[in-house]
Amino acid sequence: MLLRPTNEDFRTVAYYIGRLTVALGIVLIVPLITALLFKEWDRAIDFFLSMQLAIFLGLLPQKFFLSHRDMNWSQGLAVTSISWLVAMLIGAIPLALSGHYASYLDACFDAMSGFATAGLSLIQNLDHAAYSINMWRHLMMFLGGQGIVLIGLTFFMRGTAGAYRMYVGEAREEKVLPNVIHTSRFIWIVSLIYLTLGTITLTIVGFLEGIPLLRSLLHGLWIFMAGFDTGGFAPQSQNILYYHSFPYEMVTMVLMILGTLNFSLHYALWNRRFRELFKNLESRTLFFSIITLFMGTVIGLTRLHTYPSWIAIFRKGFYQLISAHTGTGFMNIYPQQFSLEWGHLALLMVIIAMGFGGSACSTAGGIKALRIGIFCKSLIQDIRRIMAPGSAIIISKFHHIKDVFLEDRLVRSSFLILILYIITYFAGTIVGLFYGYPFYQAFFESTSAAANVGLSTGITNPSMPTGLKVTYIIQMWMGRLEFMSVFILLGVVFARLTGARGRSK
Amino acid sequence: MRLTVLLAAVLLCLSFSASADIISSQDLINNAAQYDSQTVEYAGEAIGDVMIRGQYAWVNVNDGNTALGIWLSKELARQIKITGSYHFIGDKVKVTGTFHRTCVQHGGDLDIHATSLEVIDPGFRRTLTINYQKLLISVILLLGTLAIIFLPRFSSTKP
Repeated sequence: MLLRPTNEDFRTVAYYIGRLTVALGIVLIVPLITALLFKEWDRAIDFFLSMQLAIFLGLLPQKFFLSHRDMNWSQGLAVTSISWLVAMLIGAIPLALSGHYASYLDACFDAMSGFATAGLSLIQNLDHAAYSINMWRHLMMFLGGQGIVLIGLTFFMRGTAGAYRMYVGEAREEKVLPNVIHTSRFIWIVSLIYLTLGTITLTIVGFLEGIPLLRSLLHGLWIFMAGFDTGGFAPQSQNILYYHSFPYEMVTMVLMILGTLNFSLHYALWNRRFRELFKNLESRTLFFSIITLFMGTVIGLTRLHTYPSWIAIFRKGFYQLISAHTGTGFMNIYPQQFSLEWGHLALLMVIIAMGFGGSACSTAGGIKALRIGIFCKSLIQDIRRIMAPGSAIIISKFHHIKDVFLEDRLVRSSFLILILYIITYFAGTIVGLFYGYPFYQAFFESTSAAANVGLSTGITNPSMPTGLKVTYIIQMWMGRLEFMSVFILLGVVFARLTGARGRSK
Repeated sequence: MRLTVLLAAVLLCLSFSASADIISSQDLINNAAQYDSQTVEYAGEAIGDVMIRGQYAWVNVNDGNTALGIWLSKELARQIKITGSYHFIGDKVKVTGTFHRTCVQHGGDLDIHATSLEVIDPGFRRTLTINYQKLLISVILLLGTLAIIFLPRFSSTKP
């Protein structure tokens, strides 16, 4: 029986959403300072206005619905899913005010794409965008990659139980450290150290490739944020192709791979447990999948003589495959080239790579390598069960940070998410087909949106149908949160309408 | 009068034939195989950076749809004085060169190796205006925020 949420439940949810909204408003100070530094006065006003609005709207529920209660499961998950929508609405305001978007919906699309680390974009005239706008676009990716709620957890939360529920709601079930707030802080420390190292490296490479120092620093910072957080935005309209640089591509490839690794694996590597990289089911699955799919891509590209040399196949084919598999979406080709020159086989390999995604507890999207690994393990276990004598007991285990028994409960939950992703990929494809796009392009774009990748065959542009824009926004939102917190939110709304009166636990 | 009309007509025809030779970025990308290794004319705004690489340079030129990478000698690149950014509209240039669908020299990039470059329209600093209405709304919101902070709290639940 469903229990109808009480007004007090809604007050608690509103209170915590208010706190996160204020946190988002405070973060807007970064692009505001950028605008002031570079004398982008009109953009500075946009960011000041957006900041005031976010803080004002965030303080209202905190003032009127003051709550000292820790959140229960449904409240925690509902706060997470609503927070992402609120973040989209707030994050879109300075974008819409900048004049680079055809509508507020387009700005919302880019804000959700940024926070969800997808990378699909509807911005117009990006090559004339202000530095502050680029700072905000990339900062959204950095914050979204870490997890919007994670910001709140790190700086604004005291109660650990409610914090854990919000943390799980952001599709991170694993705790790197026993305490979830310590885990959040560890994720920030790792990210900030990589941010420093990655930005310095990209700045040096950019400078050596002919970009003035200040611009190479800014580009380095933004490309790091988009690469490590597997986002895929870039400050120029040609994305990574703008740099025409093999060294730049190599550095971004390393960043994408680092970003797609599980933070638990980062923790193990930081503690010099390098063997974990080779023993871990997730990293092994990822490695095997990349190699297999790259072979398929090479066969597809060489059959059509798409590229003239092996170096070109590596620079374009391998780069795009890594970009797809890590869920980043950096592009060093034009979107149309996918559909015009890559052929169905290579395109399918990229779609599968996007669908699989990176690691759990990372900034990557998609089904995740761990689930694919568990699915394959359980398949092998079932085959062994069938082949073994009736009295035999078959037990499987795998290594992921520690040795884990392959229990039915684990297989079931992995399989459930896997199925939900596949349904979402196909649902978006059907909407694309409805609007008249060819199957392969519709499938590619839908998978890219739902798996938070950001590669495009050209469908995503300001003139695409409104219904498709809304579909991709929903896909990016659900894909980033891995469905459960969105379903809980729908459940809470449904229970409010139909549930029995009582107190939710 | 007749002579003026005739002169204008001739100039119009000349400018039309000149612009008719210029191929758009979309045309080049969508029909890349057809134009591969052909000499093409392309025009647009130089954006971002002139990236010097030894005796050569990369410049990205945007024709309003997409930017294409132009590989050219350092001497040709020096003609470009202003590139497009937030504060500037870049020089509008016309380049003539060989188009590559997948350039062997540059790891498969779709690019143009320019043999000539001409600045059609010099770039300039953009005039940016401040919207004072937005500033007024921001100040009102700031006052609202301060009012909320100093208002007494309405507690709905007890600790």
